[in-house]
Formats: sequence, C-alpha cells, structure tokens
Amino acid sequence: MKRILAVVSMCMFLAASGLALAKEWKEVRIGVEGAYPPFSYVQPDGQLAGFDIDIAKALGKAMGVKVTLVAQDWDGIIPGLLAKKYDAIIASMSITEERLKKVGFSHKYYQTPAKFIIKKGTMENFSREAIKGKSVGVQRATIHDKYLTDNYGKDVTIKRYGTQDEAYLDLAAGRVDMLLADSVALSDGFLKKPEGKDYMFIGPDLNDPKWFGNGAGIAIRKEDKDLAEMFNKAIDTIRADGTYKTIQDKYFDFNVYGE
Amino acid sequence: MDFSIIAGNIDIYLEGLKNTLILVTISLAFGLIFAIPLAVLRTSGNQYVQAPIRAFVYFFRGTPLLVQMFLVYYGFGQFDLLKESFLWPLFKEAYFCALFTFSLNTCAYTTEIFRGAIVATPHGEIEAARAAGMSTFLMLRRIVLPSAFRRALPAYSNEIIFMLHGSALASVITIIDITGAARIVNSRFYSPYEAFLTAAAFYMTITFTFVFLIRRLEKRWHGHLQPADQSVTKIEAPV
Repeated sequence: MKRILAVVSMCMFLAASGLALAKEWKEVRIGVEGAYPPFSYVQPDGQLAGFDIDIAKALGKAMGVKVTLVAQDWDGIIPGLLAKKYDAIIASMSITEERLKKVGFSHKYYQTPAKFIIKKGTMENFSREAIKGKSVGVQRATIHDKYLTDNYGKDVTIKRYGTQDEAYLDLAAGRVDMLLADSVALSDGFLKKPEGKDYMFIGPDLNDPKWFGNGAGIAIRKEDKDLAEMFNKAIDTIRADGTYKTIQDKYFDFNVYGE
Repeated sequence: MDFSIIAGNIDIYLEGLKNTLILVTISLAFGLIFAIPLAVLRTSGNQYVQAPIRAFVYFFRGTPLLVQMFLVYYGFGQFDLLKESFLWPLFKEAYFCALFTFSLNTCAYTTEIFRGAIVATPHGEIEAARAAGMSTFLMLRRIVLPSAFRRALPAYSNEIIFMLHGSALASVITIIDITGAARIVNSRFYSPYEAFLTAAAFYMTITFTFVFLIRRLEKRWHGHLQPADQSVTKIEAPV
C-alpha cells in the first residue's frame, strides 16, 4: 500500500511539475532539419541558416523566449519531438491529417505548391503515360513521398532519400530521372544553382489538401496547446510588424505565405 | 503498440528480406573467393606482393563501412571520367554500389582472418609436407588451407554476422533492405517502435539461422576437438 501511495504521489508530482513547466515557457527548443535549402541549411562555417531558421528566431523573439535550435534528421523529427528532445518543429512541415494524429500544429507560416523536375529535353508533356517507368526521387517521410506512393506507386520506381540534398546529388549523377518536392525548395535549392542548369519544372502545381495539407506549420506535442497558441500569436505579430516580409525578401522574390 | 500496421505491410518487409539476403550472400561469396588467394599472397615472402594487399586491408579495416559506401555511391558519381566510361551503368545502380562496397569490405576482413589462420599452421605440418616432397601448391591445397579453414571458422562466422548487420547501411542509399522497409513503414505511420522491432526480429531470425548452420559445420570440422563420446566414457569409468 505504501509503495502504491509513493508511486501515485510521484506521478502526481511529475504531472504537477509538467503542468508548471507548461505554464511558463522561458526556453523553447526547436527541432530543425538543416538539409533543405533555402529553408534550412548549414553554412560553410557550420552555422544553421535559412528561411525556417530565421522564422524560428523571429518567432522566439516575438514570444519573448530563448530559442535553442536542435538539428535533427527528417525521418526522426516527429519521434524526436514526441521523445521531448525539443518542444517544437520548424522544418517546413506541412500540416496533414496523418501528422495531426501524432502531433499538434500551429497555423501555417508559409504555403507553396509541389512540383516535379526533370532534365531538359527528356519529356515533352507531363502525363501519367509519359512518366511510366521513370525513376522518381523523393525525400522519405514527406508529403511528396506519400503523394507519389499513393498516386504513382505502380507506374514509377520510387527512390527515397534521407535528405533533399542527397536527392539532388543523385539527380545530377543521373541515378533518378525526376524529383518531386516543394517547388520553392527545388527552384532555390537546385534549379538556380550551376548543377541544376540542365533541369526544369514539369507538370502542374500540386496542392491537393488531401496530400499537401494546408501549408507548413509549426509542430508541437499535442498536450502543449498553450505553446501552439503562443506560436499562432507570434506568427500574427511578425506578419503584422514587417519582420516576416523582411525575412521573406531575404530568400524569395514572391509571396511565400500564400493567399 | 499496433502491430496490425506490420501485418498490413508485410510485403514491404518480405521484399526487404529478399534484398538483404541477396546483398549479404553475394558480398560474402565474392569476399571469400578473393580473400583466399589474397591471404595466401599476403603470407608469401615477397614484400612487393604483400604491400598492396596490406594497404587494401588497412584501408577497409581502418574506415567505417558507411564512409566507404558514401565514397563509392556519392563520391564516384562526381568524376566525369567515370561517368563517361563503360563502368557508369554499373556504378549508377545503388545495388551495384552496395555490392561492390560490401564485397571489398568483407574481403578485407576475411583476408585478415585467413592470414592469421595460415600463419598459425603448426611448423611440423609444413616440415612434414616438405619432407614428403610436396610442391608449395600441393602443400597449400592438402595441408595448409584445410587446417586454416578449420581454425578460421569461428572468426569467420563472426564476420558473416557483422556483414549481415552492416548490410543495414544499404538503406541509406535508397535500397529497400530490411532496415529500408522499416524506415518506409516508420515514415508512413510514425510508429518507430513497431517498425524497427519487426526489423530486429527479421535480423535475429537470420542471425540465428546462420549460427545454427555454422555450429553444425563446426561440429563436423572440429570433431577432433570435441570431448570424447560421453557413452564411451561411462562404460570405461570404474564403478
């Protein structure tokens, strides 16, 4: 009996301390990816940089909390959040039904369509027939992976990569015929670079909410609803005071927030 | 815990199992075939023959398998000379790159295992072979190698298991092996525990099958080292 009491009181203490922590966020650890230019990448000096990183810092400032960035590989990024290695994910993560089963989300902080890219001169018009038998690279565990698997899984050979950067290497080496990814990531991370000069977009803008969700949001653990609220307010703040536009203009020459 | 996910996606695991078995078997076969002559040459007196083999073994034992695989897969792709050569259709394939790296890696370790076993051949056996007038080749074939295989077996069975476990790295370069299958299932359902526990079960099953087979082989090859037959001892023991 004594032991049960001890366990119960221990549990209550832990729960209480958890609540106490949840009430006051002085420091927020944010999981980021670091291999998804121009949203998130590692500079030559080893520092993290990119749109996501700047947004994370700006949001932290707006919330008045200390922000610690934690770099984490993409396919372990949600398990890492659930394991409390960090408190939020700012890594261009689209808000999808599947993910909402495991984590909570803030409102979106940007929204851009997905697209295919291919080597110039290898395909006239995009169609299901035309891409049959091609090998298509995607980043593992992304909305693009799921979209491709669900829609073209039987028509194409899917190659899954841990990071978008590895997919670019293999496209340039001719190991895959096409890539499917976020259009902005593809354009800024590959097409505009010297190694991407022989490649181009093909096919329509893909933004079906069933797969592509409603923009990229900040993922938090489901129980941290207060943190999601803080992020929502902070997104509104930086959009209102011009910080968002300053960051956007640093990386893009168009409206990345969507409508 | 929801293992219905696994049941629903068992075909991905079975494909992974197939790929793992092919990768490991072919790599081990190539590794073994090349390791035997290399080990013999490595123990021969000529240092000009020994030096390159020693360098090869040093490199592959001195660097992580993952680094070797990245060198072959992403590194080789950087050279236009290779990309324009007849070898590129081979190195373009992730499967070939994995086979190539794994074969060289296991070959280096196996060479070292056999070298040790050959060096440990009792002097008397060699002297006896020489006294009987055997040529070097005949002596290798009849005396040195058979006894070296026996001595190498326990260490080599370890190498087989290491190779099996090392093959999990193939999933990094887009190959769907058992680990790759687990990563796909994990990424689709966000359930790392179920996905990787299943992968672990697959690896364990293969490992223990290997261990069982090797133990049978050891019983046969190491028969002379086994304790004497128990039933015989019983009869001989004084009452």
